[in-house]
Amino acid sequence: MTITDGVRSDKGTTETGLPAFVSGPWQDSIDLRDFIQRNYTPYTGDASFLAGATARTTGIWAKLSEMFPEERRKGVYDVDATTPSSITAHAPGYIDQANEVIVGLQTDAPLKRAIMPFGGWRMVATSLETYGYPVSPELEKIFTDYRKTHNTAVFDAYTPAVRRARSSHLITGLPDAYGRGRIIGDYRRVALYGVDALIAGKKNDRAEIDMEPSTEDVIRAREENSEQIRALKELVQMAATYGSDISKPAATAREAVQWLYFAYLGAVKEQNGAAMSFGRNAAFLDAYIERDLAAGTLTEETAQELIDDLVIKLRIVRFLRTPEYDEIFAGDPTWVTESLAGIGEDGRPLVTKTTFRFLQTLYNIGAAPEPNLTVLWSDALPDGFKRFCAQVSIDTSAIQFESDEIIRAEMGDDAAIACCVSPMRVGKQMQFFGARVNAVKALLYSINGGKDEVSGKQIAPATTPNDEEILSYDTVFPAYLETLEWLAETYVTALNCIHYMHDKYAYERLEMALHDKEIIRTLACGIAGLSVVADSLSAIKYAKVRPVRDETGLVVDYTIEGEFPQFGNDDDRVDTIAVDVMERFMKMIRKHPTYRGAIHTQSILTITSNVVYGKATGNTPDGRRAGESFAPGANPMNGRDTHGMLASALSVAKLPYSEAQDGISLTNTVIPSGLGHTKEEQITSLVGLIDAFTSATGYHINVNVLNRDTLEDAMAHPENYPQLTIRVSGYAVNFVRLTREQQMDVISRTFHSH
Amino acid sequence: MAAVNLGLPGAGPAIDLVDGSSVSSEQAELAELHHLEMEAIHNGSVASVHSWELVTAVDGPGTRMTLFLSGCLLRCQYCHNPDTWKMKDGLLTTLDDLVTRVERYKGVFDATGGGLTISGGEPLMQPAFVTRMFEECHKLGVHTTLDTSGFLGKSASDKLLDNLDLVLLDVKSGIPETYKEVTGRELAPTIAFGDRLAERNIPVWVRFVLVPGLTDAVDNVDAVAEIVSRWPNVERVEVLPFHQMGEDKWDRLKIPYPLHGAHPPDEDLLERVRGQFEARGLTVF
Repeated sequence: MTITDGVRSDKGTTETGLPAFVSGPWQDSIDLRDFIQRNYTPYTGDASFLAGATARTTGIWAKLSEMFPEERRKGVYDVDATTPSSITAHAPGYIDQANEVIVGLQTDAPLKRAIMPFGGWRMVATSLETYGYPVSPELEKIFTDYRKTHNTAVFDAYTPAVRRARSSHLITGLPDAYGRGRIIGDYRRVALYGVDALIAGKKNDRAEIDMEPSTEDVIRAREENSEQIRALKELVQMAATYGSDISKPAATAREAVQWLYFAYLGAVKEQNGAAMSFGRNAAFLDAYIERDLAAGTLTEETAQELIDDLVIKLRIVRFLRTPEYDEIFAGDPTWVTESLAGIGEDGRPLVTKTTFRFLQTLYNIGAAPEPNLTVLWSDALPDGFKRFCAQVSIDTSAIQFESDEIIRAEMGDDAAIACCVSPMRVGKQMQFFGARVNAVKALLYSINGGKDEVSGKQIAPATTPNDEEILSYDTVFPAYLETLEWLAETYVTALNCIHYMHDKYAYERLEMALHDKEIIRTLACGIAGLSVVADSLSAIKYAKVRPVRDETGLVVDYTIEGEFPQFGNDDDRVDTIAVDVMERFMKMIRKHPTYRGAIHTQSILTITSNVVYGKATGNTPDGRRAGESFAPGANPMNGRDTHGMLASALSVAKLPYSEAQDGISLTNTVIPSGLGHTKEEQITSLVGLIDAFTSATGYHINVNVLNRDTLEDAMAHPENYPQLTIRVSGYAVNFVRLTREQQMDVISRTFHSH
Repeated sequence: MAAVNLGLPGAGPAIDLVDGSSVSSEQAELAELHHLEMEAIHNGSVASVHSWELVTAVDGPGTRMTLFLSGCLLRCQYCHNPDTWKMKDGLLTTLDDLVTRVERYKGVFDATGGGLTISGGEPLMQPAFVTRMFEECHKLGVHTTLDTSGFLGKSASDKLLDNLDLVLLDVKSGIPETYKEVTGRELAPTIAFGDRLAERNIPVWVRFVLVPGLTDAVDNVDAVAEIVSRWPNVERVEVLPFHQMGEDKWDRLKIPYPLHGAHPPDEDLLERVRGQFEARGLTVF
């Protein structure tokens, strides 16, 4: 192969005089993992080498910080309402051109949001109206009369059952009116190979595709290949407007960071995906940084400055979204998830000094929800790194932890998290994001013969309504399974329609250009309200639950007599119910064929939709009142996990990853003194807790180390807490940017005091 | 956890132990139990359990399973668990079930440097069980901690102490009269138990609950510090600021709460009291 001739160097040095990287198969074909493995330097020390922020960094951040209050007040800082975004649509933009080491903005000014109408015009128009911007009649005509959008197309294909399930909040949050996201372009490729080599590679792919018979799949692949090449060319043009030639590989650390960021920037100029994750870049960048440090062209301060400046850019990625969207995904998240650390397949930790540098940004420019720093945790990680992670977590509540052992076993050591908890092999795998179903409502439907407990409308196929005086498990559970069977079928139908149309009308050209030709696709289904379902079924099984019927015979409430075990207390009697429901639903999902042969998966994750789902759901047999929020993700219901934070986590750890390969999310809050008297003690405790949780096959944990008082004070005086960060469900938010309702939800969660 | 309820819902009139209670009231309470159940508690094959919890950074080092036993003879005015006072209110739970649970958390204990803490209530109300439980823990290689007032220290056999790695010893006051006011009981047994632990060199973390207007007198704190400082096996003193989070439970149990309206200590007071302990060379948290 010839695609990487540009990076071959047999002379031992590069044109810049820097030593050549260790050669290997990565020079013969695109193979980032091979490059990293041959060229990275594991670091097993502690955090003492790190440098603080330079005046240049703090100056840039101060400039932005002055703009944030206005953005918070208005909802958006500014919008370019007339330029449909593309990789090249906007002129270059800067925060402080003279001082930025890494450049590039989504539009021509910081915090100015772009419109991205290819996902759907309605989302654009509604957003503009919400924030008081004029809706261009010309664009409206283009995107309603001339150019069909993803949103319109999906509704052309939906079945009546999908529409019913959708409007009754049984299935919500579907990416049918917005970009699906959760695709991670392998942005490192641009830095390592340069775009010319990538285009050459895509042309080689094309030659192969051209030899195949012109079936529908093959024709689509050809069109996509052409789109990918077009996007790569546009990326070169965009970078050129900032004065960089990214057609060639990055020669220095600064260029590597800059090229990497340009690639990502191209993606967020083009796609308003729900989650626009960044990948796993620290060890890759570290190879360049180490080389420059050795050559004396970088110091620790200037190396940190590169990462700080990159992170500043990642923090101000913005999308224009509607208030309805914000209800599901609160706090304006973008999920610029960067996956850090983990252990390599050869046993060496993938921890480098640059891994520490990413975490250090939370001190240098303060806590922030983005990028969504995600530590792939293994008890085999070096102690100095583990302690630094725990310290950062205690100080900022801004990072999350996922089991490296589970992810590596499944996907190897070059996988990254998209969004919150979805693991994927970088550049080799993408997912068809599928939001989630309301498993609680489905239970209520099964009791009411398929009717909605709030509206009384027939949504699921009519079955015999439960007529028992006291609900029996043996009646309720089989009926529930029947409803779930129908739901699984309806759900997969909806997702197939969505992703067929997304590929057709809002294809992620650039992100997919940074993938291999043959990729793994997953169909990422999901469940919300699992702990409510488990507790409800437990109540029916272990206590006496009497349904309360209204005059039409609809069950609208339940009275409970006696005690019942509740999810979150490491009690097998109820934990096994949660496991059973989840395993069964996964089996039901797997029965239905998927678009493009995607592999079925599911997640137990809610983002912040636990609030809206709860709002739309009536009284439940566990005693939860109508409208009350569900617990987030796989969490036990608030206040019911009474045996301590770890017992709660161990209940969640029983949910098997094999039946939820898109991830299982747990968010815990502990007050600082609940981890120990001194900082050292707190760090030791937290390291031990995460070790204990992941060793017990726990998959994901968000840890907030906060006092309730702090949050209450932040609600009363938001101006004093501009950077107060709190983890919600797989991501972090600026607490003060949540709606009051969501803030109350966070405050009402269990605070483990010891 | 297969727990068997003692099966005495609302049994008999509640014995008022707040005033004029005596050791014999323990017997009176036990007498209400079924003979076999009593037998089982006496030989330690079951325990009357209030609850358990996995806790971190309190009740000893690392992440611990803290087992709260039911039954206590003290009636501390600031008690935040009055629901653990009566042994008959607990759930009868077998030693085997509890050992199984400890075994399940062995990995957690290893990862965090934790172990089992038996608390209460007053665990030494059920000394046979504690002895057997700690013995089982040591067989499993699990660190053991006893959280006690020491009032029933005499009930702790040498065998119990043989399998004990750490004691959280509540010294609730240093002046006998104040101790009596706070707890309704005598101070001397606690001192005697502390002396015994010192002789055996079993590590002790002393705890002192600071309640303004009740335990905060300079003399009283000095007296505690005096007692504690003669025990070389004391690794740390924890001064715990009183909080009002227990009041709900008193209300629910319809027991008049003596500290209604009392305030937690302010920072200055905490500083002063911690300083009194530090002045004697003690490590204070």
